[in-house]
Amino acid sequence: MSLTAVNDFVVKFANVNGSGSASANGMFAKSILRMGVPVAARNIFPSNIQGLPTWYEVRISEAGRLGRRGGVDLMVAMNPQTWDQDVASIEPGGYLFYDSTKPLPPSKFRTDIEIIGLPLTAICNAAYTDPRQRQLFKNIIYVGALAYLIGIETEVLDTLVREEFGSKPKLIGSNLHALGLGRDAAAQTFGAPIGLQMRRSEAVGDRIYVEGNTAAALGAVYGGATVCAWYPITPSTSLAEAFTEHCQKLRIDPATGEAKFAIVQAEDEIASIGIVVGAGWNGARAFTCTSGPGISLMQEFVGLSYFAEIPAVIFDVQRGGPSTGMPTRTQQSDILLAAYASHGDTKHPLLFPEDPAECFDFGALAFDLADRLQTTIFVMLDLDIGMNEWLCRPFKWDDARKLDHGKVMTYDELEAGRDFGRYLDVDGDGIAYRTLPGVHPDRGAYFTRGTSRDPYARYSEEGSVYVGNMERLLRKFETAKSLIPAPIARPAKRRTPHGVIYFGSTTPAMHESLELLDADNVHVDGLRVRGFPFNDEVMDFIAAHETVFVVEQNRDAQLRTLLMVEGGVDPAKLIPVLGYDGSPITARFITDEISKRLRGLTRAPTPLVAE
Amino acid sequence: MTYITKPRLHHPLLQPNGLGFTRRDYEGKVSTLCAGCGHDSISAAIIQAAYELDLPPHRLAKLSGIGCSSKTPDYFLGNSHGFNSVHGRMPSVLTGANLANRDLIYLGVSGDGDSASIGLGQFAHSIRRGVNMTYIVENNGVYGLTKGQFSATSDPGSKSKRGVVNHDQSIDLVGLALQLGASFVARSFSGDKDQLVPLVKAALAHKGAAFIDVLSPCVQFNNHVGSTKSFDYVREHNAAMNRLDFIEPRAEITANYAPGEVELVVQHDGSVLRLRKLSPDYEPTDRISAMGHLQLHQARGEIVTGLLYVDPEAADLHDHLHTVHKPLNQLTDQELAPGSAALDAINDSLR
Repeated sequence: MSLTAVNDFVVKFANVNGSGSASANGMFAKSILRMGVPVAARNIFPSNIQGLPTWYEVRISEAGRLGRRGGVDLMVAMNPQTWDQDVASIEPGGYLFYDSTKPLPPSKFRTDIEIIGLPLTAICNAAYTDPRQRQLFKNIIYVGALAYLIGIETEVLDTLVREEFGSKPKLIGSNLHALGLGRDAAAQTFGAPIGLQMRRSEAVGDRIYVEGNTAAALGAVYGGATVCAWYPITPSTSLAEAFTEHCQKLRIDPATGEAKFAIVQAEDEIASIGIVVGAGWNGARAFTCTSGPGISLMQEFVGLSYFAEIPAVIFDVQRGGPSTGMPTRTQQSDILLAAYASHGDTKHPLLFPEDPAECFDFGALAFDLADRLQTTIFVMLDLDIGMNEWLCRPFKWDDARKLDHGKVMTYDELEAGRDFGRYLDVDGDGIAYRTLPGVHPDRGAYFTRGTSRDPYARYSEEGSVYVGNMERLLRKFETAKSLIPAPIARPAKRRTPHGVIYFGSTTPAMHESLELLDADNVHVDGLRVRGFPFNDEVMDFIAAHETVFVVEQNRDAQLRTLLMVEGGVDPAKLIPVLGYDGSPITARFITDEISKRLRGLTRAPTPLVAE
Repeated sequence: MTYITKPRLHHPLLQPNGLGFTRRDYEGKVSTLCAGCGHDSISAAIIQAAYELDLPPHRLAKLSGIGCSSKTPDYFLGNSHGFNSVHGRMPSVLTGANLANRDLIYLGVSGDGDSASIGLGQFAHSIRRGVNMTYIVENNGVYGLTKGQFSATSDPGSKSKRGVVNHDQSIDLVGLALQLGASFVARSFSGDKDQLVPLVKAALAHKGAAFIDVLSPCVQFNNHVGSTKSFDYVREHNAAMNRLDFIEPRAEITANYAPGEVELVVQHDGSVLRLRKLSPDYEPTDRISAMGHLQLHQARGEIVTGLLYVDPEAADLHDHLHTVHKPLNQLTDQELAPGSAALDAINDSLR
């Protein structure tokens, strides 16, 4: 029995890296959106430019379930290297679309799935002579064929082609031709579409489709960042590049053509954060973006920022471990690294955006927080949010909003004789006033050091002075709790002793899982944590439940550790649910894990396709 | 208190400069370095240079890394903001500070451990970017604060106080700076104030990456026989290429010199560098010839000092980045946040 579904299925493309499939696959995903149906597309790619396997998974969900579901309903198998695993991943009753130019033995197929073979290479070779064209247009041809098979409107794809190649009219014609070749071949070969169908809808609404890195970079523009220093590292590179592009459009003085920003590609991550710290010390809003290995290298400066109390913003686009390979896969594995970065007693505020819309919000907010708290703020993205396009609410900005520059003593205040002690807690919130270099001819200058100074920044190695300063820094961290965005609760349908805490890119899969559990009469209250230090609401939530699952995409349950350590929570109460194989966590995985523990058995497989 | 309070008494006859400041107004805290340390002479030269330049103290920011030399910014220009950053990373911090406010003068103070070893990369990259700064290395060939280990500028054959002979090649920061595109390169000696003060003045007035390598003997760990960074050794091998008089913008040039004896170089800000040549074939505005000359003399065992290279019309990092003239740290919210209408247009492009 073949799967049937409307506007609710998973299509996965298996390709060879560097074969030009990315733009064709992207066009496929965008055409779904243009039909008004929510889509989530995830690129699973190797640390390689050409030759290694790459996948593109498209979740189509009119209900707006945009996390990874798990499983594949329609596999577009274009890579012989991964054929066996790709075929094996198809749901029973699902569809296998492949290039049938070369015959394959029956042993290469499954009997419980629908096989859709189209001789793509043969069609391509007949139509094109240039080898590169043959390769590129093969991708467009399969998009045309799929459009016929699942019912994507011809006009939608044609419009996308025209938008994409607007400046190159020659390419418009040839791409339209290739789409037509695929559509016609599929119609002639199969005569009818398959059971998975697209139908025009209004479910997308005013939502936008954007990568988290682009959104975070735009947030930095709106948050007033003027200095960006960075070093290329996957998956954060596109954040710096997006900032550059946004600034070229939004921050060039129209009268003079001069830049209201400075972007430096530094020699390494250490210099990047050094430049940020220097700029922050001197009153410019500055950031760097990096990933785990870069955070490792920045440790010393992050500590300096903590002790010398210098505003800085770091976007950490998290990925798998060191060296090559897993670096192109997603994880949430830098939580402890960032929270406790550096030597000595240090801890730092973290923000956990759930999607690109929040990447924008937190991208701007981080600069206010950095100035207000005079310390490093980490914005914790991951590869899944950062490098994939997500459907999310549109960006919003209140034109009445003022940037919060925190406590900076001005010339007038100094001139009026106001007492200035760089490390003096005048308001009881642990935050002292700072001055910027050049402010006043003979007042307000001070000598910045890591530690060993008194509240007036005079050199001191006295123990009591050191302790006094460290306790003030704790008071400041306490103040931070009220400034970090509060968690968002998602209560179960019924009162329950069970809760679940989650954060960041896990959110859409988690929400789907909570819906599935609720539907199954397994009730769990959800709480999405949005930052560290944890607000009181987080601890209240834990206190109000008997068991709290903590869902994360790392091996060591790092957020759980942070909750235990900072909140003094009994470890037995916090149950880790950990998906960290490098692909974004799925709703099925979370549902299975929670069900298993709550019922002591594995739940029956979820129906794969909506009735 | 673990710092020493400096009495605020002034000698009544102290001469004020053009801004009405006396030399004392450019001083800092009492030095905690060893008595006789070359670094204190360099601090004194910086104070003298700032005083003579009529520099408003708060318009200069002083930055350093870690080490004896990096402690010194606390001992001069007490009315300037200072930043004792982390080991070997002063150049990046200075770069960021400079990006934030292009209107201030940036003085980076470092040592041979700080700049030639752990910080060699940042030294190189800040110079090749043309950061507008004065970068002084107080070079004593030894790690002082950790008590006498060789640094990367120690010459091969040089003997440590404990009698260990260095076999590693030394890093010549002046040669590197020239090769990396510094637009002002000088070397001097802490014991030669007459040479050093005009060089510091010229460097502070220079636009672009100005580098001064100052040999500054460590009286405690590197001033013995067998060291090539001792007072005696440097005096004996010092080969000055020229003597510099720094003439401020708009000052009248009065003295007359025979042609060939003197070269006048006008810097970007109008200041004039009057170079009295001591080595007749030396051409300090030609980078290639300067590099060759330097190599030649060093091969003879001479310590080449003086203004070794200057490009009076150099561009800096802000020129390369084409940044606005208003300091970035003074841009208003309106100048920074593009507003909701622009954001709506961006939203539309993402549908």
